[in-house]
Amino acid sequence: MTSGTTPHRSGWAIETHGLRKVFGDRVAVADLSLTVGYGEVFGFLGPNGAGKTTAVKMLVGLIRPTAGSGLVLGRPLGDHRARRQIGYLPELFRFHDWLTGEELLDLHGQLYGLSRAERRRRIPEVLELVGLTEAARRRVRTYSKGMQQRIGIAQALLGSPRLVILDEPTSALDPLGRRDVRDLIRRLRDDGVTVFLNSHLLSEVEAICDRIAIVNRGRVIALGPMSSLLAGELVVEFRLGALPDGTLAALERVIQIDAVQHGERPVLVARAADEAAVAQAVDLLVRAGVPVYGVIPERRSLEDLFVQLVNEERSEPR
Amino acid sequence: MKALVIAQLTFREGLRKKLVLGVVLLSLIFAALYVWGFHLFVQDWRAMEARRQAQGATTMLPYEVFASAMVLLGLWTVNFLAGVMTIFAAVGTIASEIEQGTLHGIVPKPIRRWEIVLGKWLGYAGMLAIYIGVMVAIVTTTAHFIGDYRPPNILQAYGLILLVALMLLSLTMLGSTLFSTVANGVIVFMLYGMAITGGLVEQIGTALDNDVLVRIGVIVSILVPSDSMWRLASYLVQPRIAVNFLGPNPFGTTVPPSSLAVWYSIGYMVVLLLLAMARFQRRDL
Repeated sequence: MTSGTTPHRSGWAIETHGLRKVFGDRVAVADLSLTVGYGEVFGFLGPNGAGKTTAVKMLVGLIRPTAGSGLVLGRPLGDHRARRQIGYLPELFRFHDWLTGEELLDLHGQLYGLSRAERRRRIPEVLELVGLTEAARRRVRTYSKGMQQRIGIAQALLGSPRLVILDEPTSALDPLGRRDVRDLIRRLRDDGVTVFLNSHLLSEVEAICDRIAIVNRGRVIALGPMSSLLAGELVVEFRLGALPDGTLAALERVIQIDAVQHGERPVLVARAADEAAVAQAVDLLVRAGVPVYGVIPERRSLEDLFVQLVNEERSEPR
Repeated sequence: MKALVIAQLTFREGLRKKLVLGVVLLSLIFAALYVWGFHLFVQDWRAMEARRQAQGATTMLPYEVFASAMVLLGLWTVNFLAGVMTIFAAVGTIASEIEQGTLHGIVPKPIRRWEIVLGKWLGYAGMLAIYIGVMVAIVTTTAHFIGDYRPPNILQAYGLILLVALMLLSLTMLGSTLFSTVANGVIVFMLYGMAITGGLVEQIGTALDNDVLVRIGVIVSILVPSDSMWRLASYLVQPRIAVNFLGPNPFGTTVPPSSLAVWYSIGYMVVLLLLAMARFQRRDL
């Protein structure tokens, strides 16, 4: 790079302020503001039609925002100099399928400005990484959908990017292929690569992402570290012995009881503000002489959070 | 320069697509028919000459008038086929690649968008230069070896036929950044047809000495100067005696366009290409 201005490394890998995109009279992205730190695996979630792909396309310069601004690797959106360090797997992609896998990667290597020697070294590496070494000399047209997605991931990694943007990278992969991609993303994180993952496979995002944003109707409705977003209220199941009268009322002061299954061994499902409240409840039960057979915390999953947030939005008037 | 990567890709894609195979096959058929036709013409001419000499009559017109007309027909066909091939090859170059999504993997690479358009243009231009070169060579070598005739200014004619193709290439690529593949095909073909018809109208106007018809022809050739460049090529590639004998006709002209028209055509080619680059630069994919 010959330019005198170097990207500000301590800043954000991606930073957007009020990005907006309107197609005709349809608002695809209303107001998108988010930040992705260097070295993070960032999950970008939202229901279909939330504007995720439009947002990603603005990040990589395929679409110009109607309003708002953003920086990717410290350079304005669409700046071609930042792209040397960005690997991108488009969602609805089709490569020049009359090329062989190897030729396709050679083409993309040339577009990245890799020298012949670099390409000769790097192409077998990425082919190995996505498990396509055997198919390197076959035309991409003869590849299965999953293989095409793998070659797409390979071209995104070809230039040893600092930022990898993957738009639905596992939609055509089988469970084994998905696990391979998860491992690949973890390996990228270990190498310090920032990964921006657009996916609606929540379990996948939950398994690998450090931070997430949930978007709906073109707006960010939740943004933060996965752990803190999933924290909050605890749902706990209590398996108890016989309950003396008044115990439930006493418990209600500490935790909120949602359901009671009466019987010889009652089961309570309750919500607690935090873990201290659960300990308090157990203490209260023991003191009342109630046998406590089990206290089972129910982990809140990303899916619960997602469904809750999107439904809350849906019930609000537009 | 990254544009050359795209140029190379475009060229290779052209070679691997069945389109080029079809064009090559049809061109071979054309070459065979042309050689055969030229051969028949030469035979007939010799037989006619022999009869005339036996009757003691003098030759009415020199051989080169007719040989030149054969060359003219051959080059006109080359010019027409090159135009059709240009439009067919480039009609979806941007539009259909947006529709299919192949550009989504290319545009986010460290390449400027205008380099993609320029690269595609260069790739097609290279293909057309070779194709037209081979076809013009077929016509001239046939004239040379079968007819023992050498048309004048053949290199200029080659350059002008190539210019016709490159103007149409710029026009088609501009259309491809603006319209869908099908719409673009329809529009460019209509313009191409209009240019040919405009040229005919101008010839009729010249023959009838009708200023209005000539003016219509001139206006059309400003809009799409492909036909006027062909007519300049045809004028240059015939000996003067043949031009005068044929007069205003569907394949040639007695009034060649000026060098200003050539510069206009070159400018047309460049400006339309620049417009295509500018349009693609701003387009959402």
